[in-house]
Amino acid sequence: MIHVFLIIFLITLFYLSIANRMLTYIKVLALQGMILFAVSFMQLSEINTLNLVLILLETIVFKSLAVPLFLAYVLKRNRITREAEPFVPNFVSLIIVTLIVVSTVLLSYSIHDVHLDRMFFVVAFSSLMTGLYIIASRRKIITHVMGYMIIENGVFILSLAVGNEMPAMVNLGIMLDIFASVLILGIFLNKIGDVFKNVDIDQLSNLKDY
Amino acid sequence: MTLVYIIVVLISGITIILNRSTIVNYAMLILFIIVQCLFPFVVLSNKGATQLSYFTFDSIGILLLCTLSIISIPAAWHGYIYIKTHNETRQSRAIYFSALIMLISAISLGVVSNHIAFTWIFTEITTLAASALIYHHRNKLALEGTWKYIFICAISITFVYVGILFLNLALRATGSHDLSYASLMEHRNGLNTFWLKLSFLFIFTGFTAKMSLVPMFTASIDAKDTAPAPAGALLATGLINLGFIGFFRIYVIMANTPLHKWTNILIGTAGILSVFMATVYMLRVKNIKRMLAYSGMEHMGIVMIGIVSGGIGYYAAILHIILHSFIKSGLFFQFTQIYRVFQNKNIYYTGYYFRYNVTGAIALLAGFFCITAIPPSGMFVSEFLIFKSLFDSHMLLVMIVLFVLLTTIIWAFGKNVFRLLFQPPVAFDDSNVPVISPWESTSQFILFALAVWLGFNPPPEFVSLIKESVMLLPN
Repeated sequence: MIHVFLIIFLITLFYLSIANRMLTYIKVLALQGMILFAVSFMQLSEINTLNLVLILLETIVFKSLAVPLFLAYVLKRNRITREAEPFVPNFVSLIIVTLIVVSTVLLSYSIHDVHLDRMFFVVAFSSLMTGLYIIASRRKIITHVMGYMIIENGVFILSLAVGNEMPAMVNLGIMLDIFASVLILGIFLNKIGDVFKNVDIDQLSNLKDY
Repeated sequence: MTLVYIIVVLISGITIILNRSTIVNYAMLILFIIVQCLFPFVVLSNKGATQLSYFTFDSIGILLLCTLSIISIPAAWHGYIYIKTHNETRQSRAIYFSALIMLISAISLGVVSNHIAFTWIFTEITTLAASALIYHHRNKLALEGTWKYIFICAISITFVYVGILFLNLALRATGSHDLSYASLMEHRNGLNTFWLKLSFLFIFTGFTAKMSLVPMFTASIDAKDTAPAPAGALLATGLINLGFIGFFRIYVIMANTPLHKWTNILIGTAGILSVFMATVYMLRVKNIKRMLAYSGMEHMGIVMIGIVSGGIGYYAAILHIILHSFIKSGLFFQFTQIYRVFQNKNIYYTGYYFRYNVTGAIALLAGFFCITAIPPSGMFVSEFLIFKSLFDSHMLLVMIVLFVLLTTIIWAFGKNVFRLLFQPPVAFDDSNVPVISPWESTSQFILFALAVWLGFNPPPEFVSLIKESVMLLPN
């Protein structure tokens, strides 16, 4: 069952690579949050109640509710256009994400570790790379933030793979997630929206060497 | 004592934020600086001890902590001058000083922590503190710099976290779950090499954002450009050292596994590429602060090459990073005076600096000789030893390339500095040039002199600390 959820997560990555509307990105991010909860609920069998509550807060409340709602609010408030405006055509994006997944699968076959479920590694690593790719190939600052969220989701899956023996690592990851996201989203996206009217990375090129 | 230090940090930081009266602010700042300077003495007297279970006072930690404490005194003093001359509001002063305290204390605790997760947490705290400092001016440029810094640092911190997760997987084969450096060293032979490789790759890439190395150097350059110069001095020295120690502690473990050669190829490539990129940018750069930032990138590249060359190169690399900290911070402190005279960062609109600020100009000239490793600079010794070590390890090609690149950098750096000192400025109205007290340059002269002294006549305790730091590395 865990594998089914992980595969659905992988499919969401493909979907993100060809998504055109900003709202689609937000909805997919919310869906990913729910999948993460399902996976962590099943994977972390020996977990105590306190940790479970923490994970519930992180995945459902933070990843599927707070962040998407906030992103939708930012979209509306700054009147950001609905298009994702990628630098490359969607078809090329799809090919690249496919290549990422295929190469991760190939990489996973060079692992000789009986303790690790390969599936976790493939999904986590692909989502890390896809997040980086989305950051590099999209024009808007808000899509960069979404790319970062995808990276975080990948990292969360990876931390689940080692989580049963080391719940401290999962907690540390959650701390990172909330810290960085709140910092990026809360303080800056709002400020940038106020100062730079059109929230586009082309505007962030005034720091020069000469 | 570590507990006392943490309590003082919290009290002074929070008081500055809550109570914005001038006297309270500066009293708290002075209290913090006194404790910051006492901390290394306590650490030195408890060498090798572990406090609060996560802080171990080993040689490399002591060295970098002492360096930071020495720099923090002029950083606070020049910060005070900066705030005074810019007529800052109480709010922005409070944020500036509490962020400064947070940055210095996070670096201090990060360099002595004995657990990779703690080094990581303190690195994360420095991101927060540094972004408050970078955003100090609250204008468009500051916002752009802060956004880039936060975003790239968030990604780099995530990379380090992924690296720690992989390290966890590597350690699993040994049956241990303890991620402290001592435990990793103990189990080094049982670590799974595949995970270890992947882990080092991510940890190193993550820390390059703090270390100003290829590939993630861009954000740190922007940060040093937009932050006020006294804070930039800390970003260009203390923060780089924190990134270095995060990398170095893992490197020591890697060097004792069969992956040593692979690791050396990786960091050697990053090192030489950093020097190359720094050279390319230095040839074109017109912004004085960015020029200093690129020079930091060049020196970190040299440090990496020194570590790769092995033997005496290890010693030279540690010496180099300490001397670089003193000289580079001195140059950043000097920049505050340049900006007050010309009100411009661009080298085109500056000139005849000798006419407007004689002491400052001499300090700048001394700093230029020190940073380009021209004798009597202490850096001459460390760079000479690195070249010797490259020669001994038969890395002649690297040596020649490095030689050419460094010569080009000296030329580019010299061209800009001499223009600033001796050539006439373009469109500069000198009727309102402020008089700058020569006393403001004292700290710079002391820092440069310290670098000369430590390079040419290092005290035996200092030498033995460096030797102990690199003791675990194979020859």
